[in-house]
Amino acid sequence: MKLRAALLIALLSATPAWAVQPDEVLADPALEARARSISEGLRCLVCRNETIDDSDASLARDLRLLLRERLTAGDTDADAIAFIVDRYGEYVLLNPTANGVNLILWLAGPAMLIAGLATAALYLRRRRTSAAPDAPLSDGETKRLAEILEN
Amino acid sequence: MIIELGHFALILAFAIAIVQSTLPMIGAAQNRAALMAVAEPAAIAQFLLIGFSFAALTYGFITSDFSVALVTANSHTLKPMLYKVAGVWGNHEGSLLLWVLILSLFGASAAWFGGNLPPTLRARVLAVQGLIGVAFLAFMLFTSNPFLRLVTPPLNGNDLNPLLQDPGLAFHPPFLYLGYVGLSMSFSFAVAALIEGRVDAAWARWVRPWTLAAWIFLTIGIAMGSWWAYYELGWGGFWFWDPVENASFMPWLISAALLHSAIVVEKREALKSWTILLAILAFGFSLIGTFIVRSGVITSVHAFANDPERGVFILMILGVFMGGALTLFTLRASKMEAKGVFSTVSRESALVANNLLLAVSCFVVFIGTIWPLVAELFFNRKLSVGVPFFNAAFTPFMVALALLLPIGSQLPWKRASATRLLVPLKTGLILAVVSTALVFAMQTGHSALGPIGAGLGVWVVWGALADLWQRTGRDNISTRLSRLGRLPRADLGKATAHAGFGVTLFAVAAMNAWSIEDIRVLKLGESFQIGGYDVQLTDVKGVEGPNYQATVAEMRVTRAGALVTTQFPEKRFYPVQGMPTTEAAIHQSLTRDLYLVIGDPQKSGGWAVRAYVKPFADWIWAGALMMALGGLISLSDRRYRAAAGAKRSAAKGLPAE
Repeated sequence: MKLRAALLIALLSATPAWAVQPDEVLADPALEARARSISEGLRCLVCRNETIDDSDASLARDLRLLLRERLTAGDTDADAIAFIVDRYGEYVLLNPTANGVNLILWLAGPAMLIAGLATAALYLRRRRTSAAPDAPLSDGETKRLAEILEN
Repeated sequence: MIIELGHFALILAFAIAIVQSTLPMIGAAQNRAALMAVAEPAAIAQFLLIGFSFAALTYGFITSDFSVALVTANSHTLKPMLYKVAGVWGNHEGSLLLWVLILSLFGASAAWFGGNLPPTLRARVLAVQGLIGVAFLAFMLFTSNPFLRLVTPPLNGNDLNPLLQDPGLAFHPPFLYLGYVGLSMSFSFAVAALIEGRVDAAWARWVRPWTLAAWIFLTIGIAMGSWWAYYELGWGGFWFWDPVENASFMPWLISAALLHSAIVVEKREALKSWTILLAILAFGFSLIGTFIVRSGVITSVHAFANDPERGVFILMILGVFMGGALTLFTLRASKMEAKGVFSTVSRESALVANNLLLAVSCFVVFIGTIWPLVAELFFNRKLSVGVPFFNAAFTPFMVALALLLPIGSQLPWKRASATRLLVPLKTGLILAVVSTALVFAMQTGHSALGPIGAGLGVWVVWGALADLWQRTGRDNISTRLSRLGRLPRADLGKATAHAGFGVTLFAVAAMNAWSIEDIRVLKLGESFQIGGYDVQLTDVKGVEGPNYQATVAEMRVTRAGALVTTQFPEKRFYPVQGMPTTEAAIHQSLTRDLYLVIGDPQKSGGWAVRAYVKPFADWIWAGALMMALGGLISLSDRRYRAAAGAKRSAAKGLPAE
């Protein structure tokens, strides 16, 4: 019992908040579902590549609560996200916007695929048409072939 | 004393690597057998010396020698023995030592088993391998020496990060490194072939087993890491598109492409220069991965600025090796003229499509990983690229790959008729469409991901089975069944690996689409329902571990009144590092994992509890293991045993390291 008390104290004092806490969950399941899906796309600013949904940092908890406040106040998803981006910068968005230079990021894959397809098509055409017959056998090779065939 | 000997052995290995990288290269150029013959003993000596050095550092960790700075920083007397040993590579310097150890192991294996290689090729391969050794040994000795001593040793160490104190993660780095560094062999073969100016079927046959072995290790290493994240991090996520994960995933994608293109070189003598390029890039991505992980540049530009020495050094290594190899490539690639001729619909074209999709998907991962850095450096925008981007930008390529795979893998070489091919696949196509529709009808209001994943999974697995069945010829069923076991191992391996891909694809989609989650406060004795199960919190007690304190909960899981299981999720606290970890309790079954986590005690009484039902979770890793197993079966194919000597046993001997 003593051990348990000591443990509890240790745990309480040492443990930061812990991902989504039961006390954060909104009563309205539809609203909560929206909050969850938005917070899966928002970055915890003090963590290494963690969403505020997964993170146990207290800043992430603050953001989760802020997000839920906005949603409860009647914000649309886009409004709530814009509100947070206004305050924390686009660094908070795990899904980078598709505008400006970010277009390079989004279009890089498709562009590379098209370029690759074009190259591959050219290559395939060459492989099909360059069916030039191999160079004729030299005298030595003809002789060797005849030898092999005879045996 | 032993530590100093280890240090000395490392310096000696550096000297030998310099010899290994120069003399055989000169010997091969001037065709002087004596100089070329230096390569093999040098490679073996280098391996033995680094092996000794590694053993010395391990000794330091096992005996908790806190006069060694590295041991102090990463170990503790109370740490279990397994993690004292794993602590050797659980840090920057030690993991680099493991890196060069494996590098020299591959070099030594090439010396041991490369007996049937042409002497000049063997000398050049070993010289290039030696050159990589020179670069990394210099990196270690000048910037990251693991053998530095402390003037006043402390009484105890700082312990290893508790998250890393886990059996899954203890063996994750060695496997990953066997894969990363294994690709150095493909690189060495590619550069040697460029210097020789000759790439032919025999070359492909030599290089493929090494690539295959590296790919197998990468597959296992990545699967282990993802499995660890799943059970250790406490919310059942298994892949986060973290830069460090991407660092291992990029070489995996490229080496998968390389495996396939090497087949075309081997069987049809086409795609030669492309295959060489892939071999160079595969190792290039290994180096990029090492750079990303070791310099910390992606996590934060500032981490890089704080310790620029190491980052710049790896960047230089990357620049020299990639720059050099790619220059050589542009000079020599035109010499690699293709011989095989094939039509647009053929196995060759299908493999070109495979390569295209794998290479582009790798490129997408690459640009997503470095984009935050590029945007900050050049466009002054501080932004993030996370899971939503990768899911959107990467997934379509995998879907396309899965759609093409069953068709492409059965196309005949040279020329084929697409319509004739569809006959054996007709049943598979129908099955896939039916399962998509069925799953779609069963679930309501979920994303389309689940049905598509199920359909693709069925399609790919069926394709793999139909492929095998086709290979048994046209006879009655019993004859064909008996032939099944006598098919070449390469065919069996191919089908196994392809089926594994289908299984993983399906499981990833299922997990993403159908996971159920519940978060709540539970008082002792209370219960709640999740996915048809009743979970009751029956007890919470404190337990002392060897180097941690744990809170252990007891949860009774029942279904319709019948006891399913009793689970004991834990929450641990490691006092030395002041860090808590969660140890989720996972009840596994064929169709789902029940994932239970105990959280913090609440002010209002009771405990925070999280519960998940993760459908088909274990299939993700089962599929990955099938891929690795398929690789292993393929590696044991006769043509490698006959043609490449004992390379197979080289690969087999590796896991023991």
